Amino acid sequence: MTDATTEMAPYAFVRRETLEQQPAPLSVAGPLAWIRAHLLSSPLNIALTLVCLYLVVDSVPGLIRFYFLDAVWTGTSRDACLADKVGRPVGACWAYIADRFQYFIYGSYPINQRWRVNIVFVMFALGVAWLLWTNAPKKKLGIFFFFVLLPISAYVLLLGGPGAERFLGFCLTVTLALAALYVVLSFVPQLVRFYIGEAAVGVVQALPIWKRFFGPKQLVLFALAIFVFLSLLANSPGLPRVDTGLWGGMTVTFLIAAVGIVFSLPLGVVLALGRRSRLPIIQLLSVIFIEFVRGVPLITVLFMANTMLPLFVPQEYSPDRLLRPLVGVALFAAAYMAEVVRGGLQAMPKGQYEGAMSLGLGYWSMMRLIILPQALRIVIPGIVNTFIGLFKDTTLVTIVGIFDFLRTIEATLVDPTWATPTTRATGYAFAAVFYFLCCWGMSRYSIAVEKRLAAGQKR
Amino acid sequence: MSTPSADVKPGKASLLYDPTIRGYFYQILLLAVVGFVIWSAASNAIENLRAQKIASGFGFWHNAAGFDVNQKLIPFSASGSTYGQAFWVGLLNTLLVASIGIVLATFLGFFVGVARLSSNWIVSKIAMIYVEVIRNVPLLLQLFFWYNAVLKPLPNPRQSIELPAGFLLNNRGLYVPDPQFGPGGNLIIWALLIGLVATFVFRSWARKQQAATGKQYPIGLVAFGLIIVLPLLVYFATGRPITFVYPELAGFNLRGGIQIFPEFVALLVGLTTYTAGFIAEVVRAGILAVSKGQTEAANALGLRAGPTLKLVVIPQAMRVIIPPLTSNYLNLTKNSSLAVAIGYPDLVQVFTGTVLNQTGQAVEVVAITMAVYLTISLVTSFFMNIYNKRMALVER
Repeated sequence: MTDATTEMAPYAFVRRETLEQQPAPLSVAGPLAWIRAHLLSSPLNIALTLVCLYLVVDSVPGLIRFYFLDAVWTGTSRDACLADKVGRPVGACWAYIADRFQYFIYGSYPINQRWRVNIVFVMFALGVAWLLWTNAPKKKLGIFFFFVLLPISAYVLLLGGPGAERFLGFCLTVTLALAALYVVLSFVPQLVRFYIGEAAVGVVQALPIWKRFFGPKQLVLFALAIFVFLSLLANSPGLPRVDTGLWGGMTVTFLIAAVGIVFSLPLGVVLALGRRSRLPIIQLLSVIFIEFVRGVPLITVLFMANTMLPLFVPQEYSPDRLLRPLVGVALFAAAYMAEVVRGGLQAMPKGQYEGAMSLGLGYWSMMRLIILPQALRIVIPGIVNTFIGLFKDTTLVTIVGIFDFLRTIEATLVDPTWATPTTRATGYAFAAVFYFLCCWGMSRYSIAVEKRLAAGQKR
Repeated sequence: MSTPSADVKPGKASLLYDPTIRGYFYQILLLAVVGFVIWSAASNAIENLRAQKIASGFGFWHNAAGFDVNQKLIPFSASGSTYGQAFWVGLLNTLLVASIGIVLATFLGFFVGVARLSSNWIVSKIAMIYVEVIRNVPLLLQLFFWYNAVLKPLPNPRQSIELPAGFLLNNRGLYVPDPQFGPGGNLIIWALLIGLVATFVFRSWARKQQAATGKQYPIGLVAFGLIIVLPLLVYFATGRPITFVYPELAGFNLRGGIQIFPEFVALLVGLTTYTAGFIAEVVRAGILAVSKGQTEAANALGLRAGPTLKLVVIPQAMRVIIPPLTSNYLNLTKNSSLAVAIGYPDLVQVFTGTVLNQTGQAVEVVAITMAVYLTISLVTSFFMNIYNKRMALVER
């Protein structure tokens, strides 16, 4: 019908050619339109924009001037950062940070022994990168490294002394024995095959204890390598004992965070399983522990660890001053971790449990092979959040007298060598940047993981 | 592994593999371990305390304290007060800073959370920067910053910074005018209370009327009249009985007015801004959790932006917001214990700090402190759970 009307109406205009593409009108595209839509869409928005712009213009240039343009970057004492001595307005005193940087990292750790801390730092960085890098090879080896080898190495290296070396020797003996056993056992099947012939292959496969050593052989060899390396280190320059009272700075901050992470995760998993257990006493004890710890502030837990832990053990085993807050922090984080893991366990569909049971798996195999890997994967963001909280909470050990990073900053602030009007602002800014970068990095990582996991759910 | 053979009888399993027996075994084992740990800890503690000649029991409660506290809501002095009174002073200070902090943090948090969702680019970016910075820096560092870097370097009382309405700020704290009630001053308080009650009654009546008849009443206008205008009228009718004593310089210090200590200000500001960062995220998540279809449906019904937010979006968002909001309130209360680092006399500073140091009775003091926080936590979550149940989604 439309065709008919166009045919009938001789004056109807029908365009025969396509028009050239026109740019979008200014009111819907381009920076002007963006500004109109995002900054000036209503009178209220205009007012808000103006207020915010005023805030930014008022504060940001001042901050930049204070922390960068007017800042003092080099110098050896407070004179470098005093306005009357320098003869110009002085902002942040970065010279002070540069001068005390070693102290912020190592605390009072003896200067000629600081290479030990550095080795631990390198190992720590290696472990973290290994675990966090998505496509890293041999993840299981990485987990073993981070959760078993690293703590042992850090203990031996940081503390040193005869006790630590005895411990290292013990670890070395155990892994050596395991390695020897592995070598012997892995040769036995070959020998059997050699003497009895191919018919014995079936017999070999029925011997599970030999097979068990094929799996962890890498772990044993890896551990052996690390321990041999450590004992070489310990023997050549010697590892004199460095008391924990001398440890400080970022070393202690990372130490507390790492110990908290290493112990709170498995303990949290156990507590979460206990809370969901059908055995009433186990459930009750888990609930009491979790709710009790979550109901009190970390400070009181630290006070308890500091004052009551020494009372609870015989006098001769009185725990080290640094060990006490470590125990407190780990237990505290475990309770929070337990709730996060519980969330993951609750999110598991019943079918997963039933599937595992129908395969004939027992409780522990079911949890280890089916449920926990999935549950933990779901709650990785929650776990990272708990780690962030834990990392921030490490500052609280300041209050019970441990020289963590924040405490070293505070300690240098009362030191007259660098007492200037801007030292405090500089020190706090430096600490804030350090904590911000660590926490923000962790939260970025958890967001990336979340996105990667969500990719599997996308249709 | 082994091939299942057809002729195996499903006989009774060995006791070793019976789940019930195993369950009993594990539980008894756990109880034995926990019991042993507690028993050995207790016996060690008794022995250690005896060796150190530290008294046990709660006898210290009535001993003279012998120290003073600057901020106290109940009478307390170094000369005549006991450790028990010190406990109450600390507890009240904790509750004071926590309750004010909760109210302020809620307002600031909602404000920032909504700002982060604003269509205004600069507003949402500033809110985002606020949240990211606040949440990723330890609270203790922020408290040090507020106390040591902001409030301590303020000028001494002689060079106080004068704020509007007679407020003075210096390194001894914030000085606020002290209201004095003359004759008839009480009437204003009563008028305010009556106004509040009347507003509440009117509001519920108006709601019922609206539900029954559909007629709307000007609740906002009536509330304004009852809460603001009525006390003002009484104020003028009784001849302006409230006068303010302004803080003024006398010698090297200020006289008159109410002194708010810098420790309190620092702790309050720190707790408020820190918790607000977390509440903002809770609020944002709650609002984002309300599906866009709800807003569109409300628009389709012809609701304007204001009522849409008030009647459709916020009530549904609250369901998502309340549980995490509760834990943020609890966190704020627990975090107020960081007061010990800047010397605000809260429960931990007064009791677990000073009293513990003076008496040495670690077990009792720490146990009492923990019990207090545990009680606060449990009571708060009990009430919030009731509220949550009322607000929760009722499904068919």
